[in-house]
Amino acid sequence: MYNKKVKLRALFLFLSITTLILTIFLVLKALEENVVYFLSPTEIKNLNETTTEKIRLGGMVKDQSIKINSDKINFIITDFKNEINVTYSGIVPNLFQEGKGVVAEGILRDKNYFKAEKILAKHDENYIPPEVKASLGEK
Amino acid sequence: MILNYLGNFALLFCLIISLVIFITSISCLNNKNFFLKKNLNELLFFKFFFAVLSFSSLIILFIISEFSNETVLNNSHISKPLFYKISGTWGNHEGSLLLWLLVLTFFAFFYYLNSKNRPTDERLLTILFQEVIILGFLFFLLKASNPFNIIYPVPKEGLGLNPILQDPLLAIHPPVLYLGYVTTSIVFSSSLAGLIKGNINNLWAKDIKKWVFISWTFLTLGILLGSIWAYYELGWGGFWFWDPVENISLMPWLSLTALVHCVLALEKRSILHSWTVILSIITFTLGICGTFLVRSGILNSVHTFANDPERGLYILFFLFFLIFLSVFIYFIYEDKFELNNKNLNLYTKETSIILNNWFVMYFLSVILIGTVYPIFLEVLSNEKISVGPPFFNKLIIPFLIPFLIFMSIGPNLKWTKNNYFSKKLKLIIIFILSIILSTLVSKFFGNSALNITILLAASFYLFIITIKDLIKKGFKNYSQTISHFGFSLLVLSILLNSIFSNEITSNMRVGDEIKFSDKIIKLQKLENTTEANFLKLIAYFKIEEKNKTELVLEPEIRIYDKPETITSEAAIKTDIFKDRFLVINLVKENEYLNVRYQEKPFMLWIWISAIIISLGGIINIFKKNEKQIL
Repeated sequence: MYNKKVKLRALFLFLSITTLILTIFLVLKALEENVVYFLSPTEIKNLNETTTEKIRLGGMVKDQSIKINSDKINFIITDFKNEINVTYSGIVPNLFQEGKGVVAEGILRDKNYFKAEKILAKHDENYIPPEVKASLGEK
Repeated sequence: MILNYLGNFALLFCLIISLVIFITSISCLNNKNFFLKKNLNELLFFKFFFAVLSFSSLIILFIISEFSNETVLNNSHISKPLFYKISGTWGNHEGSLLLWLLVLTFFAFFYYLNSKNRPTDERLLTILFQEVIILGFLFFLLKASNPFNIIYPVPKEGLGLNPILQDPLLAIHPPVLYLGYVTTSIVFSSSLAGLIKGNINNLWAKDIKKWVFISWTFLTLGILLGSIWAYYELGWGGFWFWDPVENISLMPWLSLTALVHCVLALEKRSILHSWTVILSIITFTLGICGTFLVRSGILNSVHTFANDPERGLYILFFLFFLIFLSVFIYFIYEDKFELNNKNLNLYTKETSIILNNWFVMYFLSVILIGTVYPIFLEVLSNEKISVGPPFFNKLIIPFLIPFLIFMSIGPNLKWTKNNYFSKKLKLIIIFILSIILSTLVSKFFGNSALNITILLAASFYLFIITIKDLIKKGFKNYSQTISHFGFSLLVLSILLNSIFSNEITSNMRVGDEIKFSDKIIKLQKLENTTEANFLKLIAYFKIEEKNKTELVLEPEIRIYDKPETITSEAAIKTDIFKDRFLVINLVKENEYLNVRYQEKPFMLWIWISAIIISLGGIINIFKKNEKQIL
């Protein structure tokens, strides 16, 4: 007959291991479902089929492309190779300007048309999304 | 010009004193009558004095706008208001590190002054570890980010401070947060020293407890300040975005919260020795990690400011050194722990503290994985992803329910044996009451999500039980009850806030009207004014509601020229029940204004409950030690 202490130790160990396994399982499952991929316009053009999942689209706001009316803002995100039309209704951040970097989160309707649900911009006015920097460097 | 040299030399003196303390204390480790014993206090004071000298010369350089200094040049300009010239001192990388150093030297001095009841060799070892950290920061400052670099020829005008940082709250946010981070370094050093000397016991816990609470309180307040700033400055109308930079400040807070509980268990019951040490190491490492990740630009965060990967590499190296050192020491001296032969009982406070630690560590690992996973994935597969709020909400909210329930029951259990369950009836009545309350709230306001209703019930449960305890027990353990009460209030206000928040976005011209439930929002006029260092565009909105006085909100857009930046200043009307939040933005030079109007209930209560939580910590710092219950 084991004494009470050993039993408690065993229980403790068992609970720890179960918790650990449960944690890993839950985290992985949630990661799988909730990850948002980050793509550039060129990567989107190269996709075989358009996804219906939420993605983040990063690039520069094309010059002279912002159009605004009472309920929508339309603009073009470019990485200087490919372009994608974006439509958005909501508040834009302060650094949302033509010729500046932008990250839009939303759903791809087709390879030329993106419906944004959220527009993110960086605090730093000189920020350029990394992919865009890379493609600018290649030029 | 002379101040540049003064600051630099003061830093060098700091370095020399640090080296002297470091080397002599190593050679005196096994020597009982080492010569430092008499002079260590003075040496630590002089080091602190030189750090103050260095920091104040940087402040003066900022005040007189001495652009021969590179840091001043990059982060200031003449027309900036005096207040932001001063706060600009620590609003940048170099200055903020100097502030770290200043606080480090202060706490090393302060610790030595206030630890006279500890064994001398343990104090000396603590100071030694503290010196290792200080030396690391000093080398880093002098080599990779010297705040006193001189530029020649002297430029006429500086480049300015990022206007988004020109904010009174953000001026005090970093120092408060740093005070929290740096205090964990004392806990770290002291636990390593105690470990080596085999002194980790209930007396040690009693002495280190104060430091843990100081650190926890400052960190809580620091996070609160950052959160309030993000709420009104970033214009999204939220207070927490699960952004990497925010997560990084939350992680040390979580492990500190675990430490706060487990240090109590160590003090009262002499259990969890090794876990306490591990938690101290984890907490401090996470704090340094925070500095590293924020400053290195590795994180894909909305808060990223201009930064330098090379510096990140140094901090990374330093970080690995510290982790390696502490793990090494841990495994060598691990067997020195006092073994406890006490009987473990299931229904005791100990069990509830262990449960608390499990839950907190779970929350911590979820946040850690959510924050770090994207970085690893990018390095490994070049895929870029981001992990957003749904991930965290999904993994954290369900586990808050048992967490809250244990939080209500735990503090009322006894340390050893207990008769709490004889009072079952009362507990069950309160539980039923909270379920009814939450169902009513959900039904009445049309919230259908089941898990939110249950979470609401759990937080009502904690809320009612803590109030009952406050009334019934009076001053016994009231710091703990206050913090727990604050936490229940926090969860409640966050929940109610997220259920009842409502918003509308639109693009409006002058004279336009939009309808929002039973209100009419009208853009009346725009006005331009010129301020000291920016142009201001004020929009006047009138909000008409049936049978109520109309409300005027005046959001602003500020156009700064150095550096050229536009910021939005939200117009917020706060009252006890809700915030009305209106923010505008310019899109091109267009007649349309980008407008967002939000109604956010119980915003004020989120801030108040965070203050109540830290109030518990403050009370604990100042109250006298209770009697030992063994």
